[in-house]
Amino acid sequence: MKCRVCRAPGVIDIRRHNANFCADHFLRYCREQVARTIKEFDMAAPGDRLLVAVSGGKDSLALWDILLELGYDVDGLYVGLGIGDYSDVSGTYVQNFVSTFLEPRGERSTTTLTHIDLRSEYDYDVPTAADATGRAPCSACGLSKRHLFDKAAREGDYDVLVTGHNLDDEAAVLYGNVMKWQIDYLARQRPVLAAENGFPKKAKPLVRLSERETAAYCVLRGIDYQVEECPMAAGNRHLEYKHALAAAEEASPGMKQAFYFGYLRDAAELFEQSNDGAPDGAPALLACESCGSPTSGDTNGQPRCAFCRLSQRAAAAEPVPVELLQTRRR
Amino acid sequence: MLVKLRNPSKDLIFDGPMSVVKLLKKLDLQRESVLVIRDGTLVPGDAVLPDDAEVEIRPVISGG
Repeated sequence: MKCRVCRAPGVIDIRRHNANFCADHFLRYCREQVARTIKEFDMAAPGDRLLVAVSGGKDSLALWDILLELGYDVDGLYVGLGIGDYSDVSGTYVQNFVSTFLEPRGERSTTTLTHIDLRSEYDYDVPTAADATGRAPCSACGLSKRHLFDKAAREGDYDVLVTGHNLDDEAAVLYGNVMKWQIDYLARQRPVLAAENGFPKKAKPLVRLSERETAAYCVLRGIDYQVEECPMAAGNRHLEYKHALAAAEEASPGMKQAFYFGYLRDAAELFEQSNDGAPDGAPALLACESCGSPTSGDTNGQPRCAFCRLSQRAAAAEPVPVELLQTRRR
Repeated sequence: MLVKLRNPSKDLIFDGPMSVVKLLKKLDLQRESVLVIRDGTLVPGDAVLPDDAEVEIRPVISGG
């Protein structure tokens, strides 16, 4: 197996592109795919300040590194979710990435890491929020992260909030939305969303890379990341969709990319138009009476966002260890 | 050869030499769902692993 560029021995094959790469040209391929995506979808302009949401996993750490390599002004934001040892370890991977990977390369002077901890700053954690509100843990986690990412981007005056969603993530979300015909979600499934109604501009620069490629990028780049799976994610629908798509991809390389990019090219606009004409439309947004964030939520005539409602209930509850929540959910 | 699986962690012993493709087939793993790592770098699918090799099979699908 030889590199398609230089004919040196290859270390990875990308079957959907019918291409093999050596380490150096694979790293270059990844950066080119991200640069192409940013340009194609107008995700960021030169001079923009970017905030990348990092988890300690392969995607977000690879994204942070690639954006720095491409010359962007980018800072990191990590949220400690309180999911037992898993969160403690994930935070360590992020800290180590900064101190042992970025600092020796001189990047530390130009990029910063902000650490938010749910338990110490908001008096709750994800397992307790899930138990107190009856939400699925991934729902409580996603709601918390979205709110805190938006808030940090807004308050830090960043131009774009970027996340490490990759091709597999987006194809799996699309698959789930199609299976349930979630028209409102389909209408918003774009790799970039403009800033509006108090929400920051959001972008997903990794949508041209599969998660095998982001993992390979980290290995070849020497980025140590958290391989262990979140204990709350086991058996979630997103993971089931990914396995279904992986089986299809194995039989027909390129299927995932054709599915997702075909949707963006041929169908996304139709769903956007369809949703614009929906009789119930999007409700007007008001400022949350508690935190000031834009919200359509209402509690007894007072606008109150979903995050404030969730955090208030969770903070009032006895802390629930992740192991206990797992037992209760079985 | 020593084969180290992740999520969950498990060590397995196989007789070598054996190609990566054949090893993954024996483990019933899809090539697109894992990376094979040896001495800190990736091992391509057509490589043959010697009997004294120590490799990690790292899953890449995450549910977060």
